[in-house]
Amino acid sequence: MSKTETGSPEKKGKWTRRAFIGAGVVAGSALVVGVAVRQGNPVDRLNPLLANGKDERLLNAWVKVDADNIVTAVIPHAEMGQGVYTALAQMLADEMDADWNKVRILEAPADMQYVSDSIARDFLAPDLEVPALFEPTVAGGILELAQAMGLQFTGGSYSVRATGQRAMRTAGAAAREMLVAAAASEWQVPAGEITTADSMITHARSGRSAPFSQFALAAAEQSLPARPTLKTPDKYTIMGQPKARHDIPEKVDGRAIFGIDANVPGMKYAAVKAPPVIGATVESMDASTAKTMPGVLQILNMGDFVAVVADGYWQAQQALNSIDTKYGKTDGDGLDQEAIFARYASHLDDAGEDGGDSETEEGDVAKGFADAAVKIEAEYKVPFLAHAAMEPMNCTAWVRDGKCDVWSGHQAPVKARQAAADAAGLPFEDVTYHNAYLGGGFGRRAQGDYIAMATRIAKATGYPVKMIWSREEDTAQDFYRPSATSRFRGGLDKDGRLVSWDNIHTHLFDPKDAPTVPYYKIASHKIRKVDVPMQLRFGPWRSVDHSQHGFFIESFVDELAHAAGKDGYAFRRELLADSPRHLKVLDTAAKMSGWDRPLPDKHGRGIALVPSFGSIVAQVAEVDMSGSKPKVTKVHVAADPGFVINPDGFTAQMESAIAYGLTAALYGDITLASGKVQQSNFHDYPMLRMGEMPAIEVALINGDHQHLGGGGEPGLPPIAPAVTNAIFAATGKRIRELPLAKHDFA
Amino acid sequence: MIKLNVNGQAKAVEANPATPILWVVRENLGMTGTKFGCGIGQCGACTVHLDGKPVRSCSTPISAAEGKSITTIEGIAGEDGTLHRVQQAWIEAQVPQCGYCQSGQIMTATALLEKNPNPTDAQIDAAMTGNVCRCGMYNRVRQAIKAAAGQPVTKETVA
Repeated sequence: MSKTETGSPEKKGKWTRRAFIGAGVVAGSALVVGVAVRQGNPVDRLNPLLANGKDERLLNAWVKVDADNIVTAVIPHAEMGQGVYTALAQMLADEMDADWNKVRILEAPADMQYVSDSIARDFLAPDLEVPALFEPTVAGGILELAQAMGLQFTGGSYSVRATGQRAMRTAGAAAREMLVAAAASEWQVPAGEITTADSMITHARSGRSAPFSQFALAAAEQSLPARPTLKTPDKYTIMGQPKARHDIPEKVDGRAIFGIDANVPGMKYAAVKAPPVIGATVESMDASTAKTMPGVLQILNMGDFVAVVADGYWQAQQALNSIDTKYGKTDGDGLDQEAIFARYASHLDDAGEDGGDSETEEGDVAKGFADAAVKIEAEYKVPFLAHAAMEPMNCTAWVRDGKCDVWSGHQAPVKARQAAADAAGLPFEDVTYHNAYLGGGFGRRAQGDYIAMATRIAKATGYPVKMIWSREEDTAQDFYRPSATSRFRGGLDKDGRLVSWDNIHTHLFDPKDAPTVPYYKIASHKIRKVDVPMQLRFGPWRSVDHSQHGFFIESFVDELAHAAGKDGYAFRRELLADSPRHLKVLDTAAKMSGWDRPLPDKHGRGIALVPSFGSIVAQVAEVDMSGSKPKVTKVHVAADPGFVINPDGFTAQMESAIAYGLTAALYGDITLASGKVQQSNFHDYPMLRMGEMPAIEVALINGDHQHLGGGGEPGLPPIAPAVTNAIFAATGKRIRELPLAKHDFA
Repeated sequence: MIKLNVNGQAKAVEANPATPILWVVRENLGMTGTKFGCGIGQCGACTVHLDGKPVRSCSTPISAAEGKSITTIEGIAGEDGTLHRVQQAWIEAQVPQCGYCQSGQIMTATALLEKNPNPTDAQIDAAMTGNVCRCGMYNRVRQAIKAAAGQPVTKETVA
């Protein structure tokens, strides 16, 4: 490796300022290319974060070619099982014509320079759906909007469709064009005659061929392509292929490091307990027994929680269990679940047929109902839900000498770093955040609370401290998927066509289009909401508001079909007359299921279609109702996310979303009594287990390669209504409230 | 001092005999492949073998391991690093997503196949029912177990 060259002023001038694509020589023959996020040269700040050795320098980059012809993709997202490392690397490597077997992956450091540019731009574009998951507040501090939207956020099923589509592919294509230009210059041949494949550059006519690495240095001298040409799908060689996930080998032998596995020399362990009524304060505590217990180092009343720091986690937890704590009173102390639903009902009653906040209105709804031959009404309810990631919340922090280091698994590392900075009372620059694998995220690990808590404990004690929540704490101190109530009125004309639709529901978070049905052809419709104060704090939960509205909408459509004397599939086909992509997805799922094929007695089939996060998913569920509780035997899935980057990875996301959604549909029920969450662990907040997992068949449709949809969430919303519609088909019993465990099927 | 045999190696640790095996393995021995999930034996993430039998290490005291062999996820590959056939099948079937529960799943699966080299679907479901996977990769787990057992994998069990 030759000496570092990035310091030279002329090169700096070349790829800073207004550059859309930045590139430069980092060391010896390494080339890096990145999509610039902001003005200014980030080299000096990023170099210590990413450099592998003193001879190597990096800049704001998504791709690096090193002297051994290894292409490294820098991924600005967190891996929580969704396969994002692999899918994004596929997008970059394909555009670059890299040899897939020589591609390495590196997660971007938690630095503002690596914030997701594409998310930021979507945030600014008013006509695009944007996750409101970027809450403006983080543990005591307000993030500037510019920062909030720039979080290296992983959620909203955004990684592939935003970062991948805009940043990774562009960076890969730009790198390829610069390498080709460099080779053309040296070989004195037209660039158009040069081909690239498997990390090699070839000029067939003159018989010359060289690895990327040979031209990496010269490539960085080339002028930057402002708009590199992206491939069309017929040229894809890596995108669209079921490439094995990079992270799997280390997840089968215990090597994979999750947040909870952080290892800091000299670290101590903390167990914590927050007031059971969320938001209450710790008024007093009697820790006389805890103090005497072995290994206990410190017992802290942090005001909003109690912490015990000990030599080992089990010692800390045992001591914590012995502490008698008194909590302050809050407004929510007396609140029970029934009262929450009653409050929803009274707000909805008050709004009546015309009140509430209008979300969307088209056509003459009043006339539609006046003219309707058949009118039906229905009310649906869903409960609060916890995330229950397998890895309980945890974080390791060390605050010393005006610096802070934090180790955890987080969906938004920059937000985590900010939360730690606020909690430590240090500038952002003095905090280093180390992200690890996430043992499940599902939206829970988008919150900064657990990062702040660990940082405060570390600051108070001076030790490096690993804080681990018990499962009980994880269940009772979540940011919950809201419970909600939704009411519908629908009108059908004499031919059983849907002519009017009126929906009013409680609160709306995100995405804002979750309650809307623009793909269904309805002559007149209006959709409204009422804002009702929630006792529990809101958290995004896999598929966010679609998790409620998918159930509401697709249940009511099924009821309308029944009222119209049509079957659910045929009725939806009519509604999708002007939405060919949706119709194709629906037809595919129905065909796979053998929709018209008779089923045994007490078996039923139900269909549901929900577009979300840019993808369209239809599911047909088959249920066996011959036992005392529903048994979902099979789910047929058709999905159109525009273009599938990794078919096996996308299929796995469909399976996963079905399991997560089915768990909620069957069992998920967080309830409040006297203001406290009543559930605590897997015995009273049950999970789907292997014997309950339906067989799943997935058909993938590439319906629009220019507009990619997400993969992590869209498989979830259809499962609950597909199952409850199937239960109706099997038994005639209409389920209007989840979970199914509340109902008697005996 | 408590004397232990972990993955074939003799170890001695200073710990309260009531400490669950999980925390001794993770904190005293620094082997973090075994995971904490629920603390009450409900999820299986902490599964290790005690003399070849799967146990929930979060709720089994270290005193119960004295004089017995503990095997963890770090100890099932061959001495030359060759992965156990169950681990290989796991990679083949691309089982893990987040991966957090997978050490426990694999430890339960290897114990099952030791006892019953040719399990039926129902036997697999029964053996694995104590292992929760929030990413819902159950069909792939079943497929991988069958592949490791040398059984044909039928379409019905595959996504």
